[in-house]
Amino acid sequence: MRRFLAIRFLQALVALLAITLIVFGLTHLTGSPVDALLPDDASQAQIESLIRHWGLDRPLHEQYLAFLGNALQGDLGVSLKWRGYTAMEVVLQRLPATLKLGGLSVLLSIVVAIPLGVVAARHRGTMVDKSANVVALLGQSLPQFWLGIMLIWIFAVGLGWFPTSGQGGLPHMILPAIAMASFQVAALARLTRSAMLDSLRSEYVKLARLKGVPEYRIVWKHALRNAAIVPLTYFGLLAGSLLTGSVVIESVFSWPGTGLLSIEAIRGRDYPVVQAVVILFAVVFLLINYVVDALYALVDPRIRRA
Amino acid sequence: MKLSRLRRYPLLPIAVLLAILFIPALFAEWLAPHDPYQSHLRNRLQPPVFWGGTWDFVLGTDRLGRCVLSRIMHGAQYALAISAVGIFVGAAIGTLLGLVAGYARGWTDIVVMRLVDISLALPSILLALAFAAAWGPSFEAVIIVVAFVLWAYFARQIRAEVLSIRERDFVARARVAGGSHARIVLLHILPNVVNTVVVMATLQVGVVILLEAALSFLGIGVPRPTPAWGLLVADGRWLVVSAWWISFFPGVAILLAVLSVNLLGDWLRDRLDPELIEV
Repeated sequence: MRRFLAIRFLQALVALLAITLIVFGLTHLTGSPVDALLPDDASQAQIESLIRHWGLDRPLHEQYLAFLGNALQGDLGVSLKWRGYTAMEVVLQRLPATLKLGGLSVLLSIVVAIPLGVVAARHRGTMVDKSANVVALLGQSLPQFWLGIMLIWIFAVGLGWFPTSGQGGLPHMILPAIAMASFQVAALARLTRSAMLDSLRSEYVKLARLKGVPEYRIVWKHALRNAAIVPLTYFGLLAGSLLTGSVVIESVFSWPGTGLLSIEAIRGRDYPVVQAVVILFAVVFLLINYVVDALYALVDPRIRRA
Repeated sequence: MKLSRLRRYPLLPIAVLLAILFIPALFAEWLAPHDPYQSHLRNRLQPPVFWGGTWDFVLGTDRLGRCVLSRIMHGAQYALAISAVGIFVGAAIGTLLGLVAGYARGWTDIVVMRLVDISLALPSILLALAFAAAWGPSFEAVIIVVAFVLWAYFARQIRAEVLSIRERDFVARARVAGGSHARIVLLHILPNVVNTVVVMATLQVGVVILLEAALSFLGIGVPRPTPAWGLLVADGRWLVVSAWWISFFPGVAILLAVLSVNLLGDWLRDRLDPELIEV
């Protein structure tokens, strides 16, 4: 177990190094990093201080090491658009909003998808199962950004039930969370259904039936408890779709989180902030995957040896 | 099992859906009623025909008086072309590396598989953001992002299959007959994994169309004024209250396109490669 965790940790570190290499490489591929990192009207003094800070007059590998050293200390330069703040400060300020919205959407998808998958498996082949299948298919084919706009149109503008966009409490979060959860609900429901089908065919379910355990207890307790491991593995992938979702959905709903920030930073040509978002997102993503892997190995001993 | 899946995904509806997608895409130049870039300034924000508009602009016009239907039809070309090129590049790189890693084993295999792990550990959106920030929106950037996201899935799956294929008798016999390694890989092993490559590629088309649309919508994908579907939805975003049709119809086009290729992919998988794991 310890060995497994150590290997996975090293792999995550290597992946993180790879993303820093890409982020670093792209600044240099596009010509002089001075152009990417400074506004067009930068003074000669600013240019010189940037060159000194990042060591741009030294060989490329030394520059990368300098970049990496600075990045490890959380120093990714100063923001160009949000004057007076470092890139990391700008990103960290926006992070709680993203985590709140992402958390709500994960919660929503679990609450909807797992019962949906269980019911579909329990009533396999019936209308219930078929409708769940259609919902899952639609959910995987719907563009999230479009769904978001349609939700605003119908429920915020048309019916007036929710605010259209912006920051706020729960009412502000409901529509974006639904739009963000749509894809995950589809995938999670399909996974839960197939895991439940296997589980319902198993010997212990037959035994429980023979013993006369009530059907709802068989389904919701005995079978689901064993089937729940499968959707768990999906949570690592879910983290990736959440990152995409946060960028897309925060833009649609003007939700002031890190995802919206990344688009604002790209539009404002604020490369240090983009770098900070990308690296921070990568850390969050790798961390979630690491925890999921560890949990999974804890639940299923076979994984540890793989 | 197989029969019930076939009945669940009958080919006819899939074919109809695909025809709705492909025919306008291939023949947009002839079928589209208007030039997708031309503004009809007197006919700005015309509603669709069933919403009080005219037959001249069946699905209405946008803020600049451009025909929504024509723009959607031309947009299909970009959606299909970008996914075709992106998936082809990704599948080619992934398949080649998978073949080499599975056949050569040893250090090559270890290096390739570590690269696969790294690539799978990086969410596509991060690459897209980094590229867009450095290069601005461009076709090349979208294709590179797509290829970068996909190659690892192909490499991992193909390598796994090659590992078992290379132990089969016909490979040993080809070796005894004096076939070079390159010849064995390309002529004897590659044909055995083509089914998998085709099925995987088809299953990815929907994912890639959605990815490209999302990137374009955010302004970090295809550059304006290309009538890419994501950009069309973005065009009508602030007008959804007064002119809902500008955003609504391109979204429906994305939905139908992704739905039909997803159904086709599922159907192909059941026919050609039932053992392939769902990703």
